[in-house]
Amino acid sequence: MTRGLSRESRQGLTLIGLPFGFALIMLAAPLAMVITFSFWTQNYLDIDRTLTLANYQEVFSQPIYQTLLWRSLRISVIVTVVTVVLAFPIAYYLSFHVKRNKALWLFLITVPFWTSYLLRVFLWKVILGYNGVLNTALLEIGLIREPLTFILYNANAVVLTLAHAWAPFAILPIFVALEKIDRSLLEAAEDLGDGPFRRFWRITFPLAIPGVVAATLIVLIPTVGDFITPRLVGGTDGLMIANMIQIQFGKANNAPLGAALAVTSMVVVALISIAIYLVGRKIGGRVAR
Amino acid sequence: MRRGLSPTWLGFYAVVYLLFLYAPVILLPLFAFNDATIIAFPLSGFTTEWFEVLWTTDALHSAVRNSAVVASITAVVSTLLGACVARASARYRFPAQKGILGFIMLPLVLPEIILAVALIVMMMQLGLSLSLWTVIAGHILICTPFSIAILSSAFAGLDQSLEEASFDLGESRAGTFRRITLPLVMPGIISSLLICFTISLDEFIIAFFLTGTDVTLPVYIWSQLRFPTKLPSIMALGTILFVLSIALLVLAEMFRRRAARRQGQGASATEGFA
Amino acid sequence: MSVFKPIIELRDVRKSFGTFEALKGINATIEEGEFFSLLGPSGCGKTTLLRMIAGFEPPTGGDIIIDGKSMDGISANRRPTNMVFQSYAIFPHLSVADNVGYGLKTKKLPKAEIKREVDKALSMVDLVGYGNRAAHELSGGQRQRVALARALVMRPKVILLDEPLSALDKKLRDQMQMELRDLQKTLGITFILVTHDQEEALIMSDRIAVMFEGQIAQLATPEELYRRPATKRVASFIGVMNFLDAAATSHDAAGLTLDIAALGKVTLPASAIPPNVHPSQITKVGIRPEMLTLLFDHDDRAEKEITGEVVSSDYYGDMTYYSVQLPQLASPVTISMRNTAGRSIAAPGSPVRVGWGTESVVLFE
Repeated sequence: MTRGLSRESRQGLTLIGLPFGFALIMLAAPLAMVITFSFWTQNYLDIDRTLTLANYQEVFSQPIYQTLLWRSLRISVIVTVVTVVLAFPIAYYLSFHVKRNKALWLFLITVPFWTSYLLRVFLWKVILGYNGVLNTALLEIGLIREPLTFILYNANAVVLTLAHAWAPFAILPIFVALEKIDRSLLEAAEDLGDGPFRRFWRITFPLAIPGVVAATLIVLIPTVGDFITPRLVGGTDGLMIANMIQIQFGKANNAPLGAALAVTSMVVVALISIAIYLVGRKIGGRVAR
Repeated sequence: MRRGLSPTWLGFYAVVYLLFLYAPVILLPLFAFNDATIIAFPLSGFTTEWFEVLWTTDALHSAVRNSAVVASITAVVSTLLGACVARASARYRFPAQKGILGFIMLPLVLPEIILAVALIVMMMQLGLSLSLWTVIAGHILICTPFSIAILSSAFAGLDQSLEEASFDLGESRAGTFRRITLPLVMPGIISSLLICFTISLDEFIIAFFLTGTDVTLPVYIWSQLRFPTKLPSIMALGTILFVLSIALLVLAEMFRRRAARRQGQGASATEGFA
Repeated sequence: MSVFKPIIELRDVRKSFGTFEALKGINATIEEGEFFSLLGPSGCGKTTLLRMIAGFEPPTGGDIIIDGKSMDGISANRRPTNMVFQSYAIFPHLSVADNVGYGLKTKKLPKAEIKREVDKALSMVDLVGYGNRAAHELSGGQRQRVALARALVMRPKVILLDEPLSALDKKLRDQMQMELRDLQKTLGITFILVTHDQEEALIMSDRIAVMFEGQIAQLATPEELYRRPATKRVASFIGVMNFLDAAATSHDAAGLTLDIAALGKVTLPASAIPPNVHPSQITKVGIRPEMLTLLFDHDDRAEKEITGEVVSSDYYGDMTYYSVQLPQLASPVTISMRNTAGRSIAAPGSPVRVGWGTESVVLFE
C-alpha cells in the first residue's frame, strides 16, 4: 500500500505547514531578496537593477570596509572567548558545588539580562566614563590619581559590555552540558586513579564540549551584528560592520551596498560558525553519540 | 587534601561575577530616584520626580501603547506557531523534518541586523510602507524559535499513551486535545506567551529598522538617550520596565514548573516506589 | 461443555513500517471469555498486534474482526476494546475518580450514574475510598489498579493489557498476576495480555500465542506449549530444554523408532510425531531437565537408565540444577532435582545413574 506519504507524515506536515509558510515568506524570501539586492546598485534615488559585482568590488577594495569587517570579527571573537571563559567556572560551580538553590542561582544570573538592553549598554557608559562610577570610586579610594581613559570609547569597552550582555547565554548551555554528565563517570575516573585535575581534563571537560560549542556560537553570531554597543561605548575605533550597514541604509542612502555588506558578513559568520561546529564535533564527537 | 577547583574559590568567583552582572542593574533605580539631572555620582537626594515626568510625556504613552500592541500580537502568534512546530516535531515523523525545523529555528543564529536588513529590503521591493505590522512580523520571526524551545519540552514530555488512553476510552481527537493535551501543556503555553511578550517588548534592532512613524518603546528610549535632560526619566522608565519584566519572568517560570510537575508525575509508572 | 464463540478473529493481519515487516500474516481466533496471551521476545511484533487490535495502528493488510464486525476504518475511540497501558497512562491532572470516569463522561452519562459506576469499578480493583486521591499520590500497584478500573468501567468486549506488570517489583507482580486472573474469571471479559515473561503467560493464560519475528510460532494451552513445543525455538524460549541429536531408523504402525545420541534406540508411539513433520525430517529430540532424574538410591528405578558423571551443580534453594556429562555427548545435559529432606548434593566428578521415560521425549525437525 504505497500512497506516497504515510498518514503520520501528512499530519506532521499539515501541522508544521503554517509556521513553515510564515518562515518561507518572512525569512526565505527576504534573505533571497537581500542577496539579489546586493547585486544591484544605487543610482541616486533609483535602484539600477542590472546584475553587477560592483558592490562586492567596493566591499573588498575599500580599506574602510575591510577594516570594519576585521574589527567586527576580532572584537566578536575576543568577546566570545572572554564571555565563555568567564562563564565556564560559573556553570561549573552551579552544576557541581551548588547543592540546593540551583534554580535560585540560575534566576539570579538571568535577571540582569531582562533590563532593557539599550539601558544596560548605556549604564556601562555611565560606569566607565571619565566622570563615571568606576573612576570616581577609584579616585576616592586613592588607587588612581587621574581618571582612567582607556576604558571608554574604544574596543575594550565594547568587549566588556558585550561580555556582560551575553553572559547568561554562555552560562546556560555549558551548565546544561555539565548537568548531563553522569556523576558516576567522575567516580569511575577517580577510582581508576585520576586526581581532580586529570579527571577534569579527561572526563568533565570533554563531556562539556557540546555546551561550550553551543555557548560559543550563541555569543559569537549575534555580537558580529550588534550596532548599539559600538555606537554607545565604542567611540570611533570601536565601530563595527553593523554600524556601517546601518549607515548605508540610513544616511548614506546606498542600500544595495549595505545589503552587500550584510551578505558578506553573514557568509563570513556562517563559515566561522560551521568551522567551530565541526571542530567541536571532532573534539567532542566521540562524546555526543 | 588537594582539590582541583576549590569550592571556596569558585564560590568567591561566583559572587564577584554576580556583582559584575548586577553593576549596571543596581545603578538603574539609584539614578531613577536621584535628585539630580546628571547621571553621575555622588547621589544628591531622593525624588520621585522622574516617575511623575513619565505620566505627562505623551510621546512615551503612545510608544508604550505601540509596544503593548506589538508585544501582545507577537506573543500570541509566536506561541501559536511555536505550538504547531513543537507538536509536529514531538509527535510526528515526516520527510525533511530536521531541515524544516532547522530553517524555522534559523533566526536564533542569525544576527538581528541581517534579519532587519532583509526585511526592510523586502518591504522596499514590494513597495510596502513600514508600520507596526512590519515590526510585528519581524518579532514573530525571532520569538517563534524561543516559543518552540519552551513548548518542545512541554510537548515532548507529554506521554503519548495519555492521548491514546483518552482516545481508547471513546473520546474524539478534538475532545482529547481539549481534555488531556491542552490542560497538560497550558503552563508551557502561558510561559511561552510571557517570554515572547518580554522579548518583543525589549527588542530594538528590528524595531529600529522596521518601524514607521509609530515607534516602539525601545526606539523611543534610543531617541531620548541623546538628550541629557531626559536621562533621569529614562532611568525611571527603565526601572519600571525592569520590574515588569521580572514579574512576567517569575510568572513564566512558575507556570513552566507547574507544567513540568504535572507531567513529571505522569511520566513514569515506577515513580510510586521511589 | 459450553459453546465457544469467537470474539476476535485475526485474518492474515500484516504490518510493515517502510521495508520492515513487523507482522507477516497473523491468523488467530480468540474466544469469548478467554485469557489470551501474546508472548515473545521484544521486537517480535506482539505490542504492534495489540495496538492494531486497539485501533492505534492501521494494518497494512488483512482484517481484524471484533464481535463479528470488521474493524477496518474504525478508529480506537469507536472500538469495543479498552487498553491498560504499559505506563498505565494515568491522566496526571485528574483525580482517581475522574480518571476512572473519563470514558463515561465522554458518553455524557448523568453525574450520579458516573459516580455509581466509578465506585463499583474501584471496589472491583480493591480501591474503595481512593476516588479523591491525586494521580501522583498513588503507588505503582495502585496506578495499575486505576488503569484497570478505567478500562473495566467501560464494560468492553475485550480488555487489552500491554505488559501491565512489567513496572512492578517481583512480589507485587506475583500478587497482581493472581488478582488479574481471578478478576478475569469472575467478570468473564476477554483479556488479551502482551508479555515477554513466559512464566507470567503460563500462570495466567488459557491460551498463549508465542510470537517470533512477526509470526505466530505456536498457539496452544500453557500445558501443551510446555510439554509439546512445536519448534526448538519455542522449546528454549519457554523453560529449559536439553537437545540431543536423533534420527529415525524405522517407522511403521507400531510406532517410530529413533536412534538418539547417548540414549540409544527408542520406539515412540506415532502420536509423538509433530504435525506437518515427516519422520525422516527429525534431527533432534528434547527432554526437559525435570524429566531426567538422578537415581541416588540403589533401588531407585526408572523406565530407562543411563550412567553419567556430574560436572557441576547450581543450588537454587528448593531445586538443584546439575550439569551431567553423558557418554558420546559434546556437552553436558541439565537435570533439575527437587531438594528433598535428607538428600545431599552430588559432588562434581561423582558417577550417577540418570533415569528417563520415553513419553517425555519431544521430537523436532
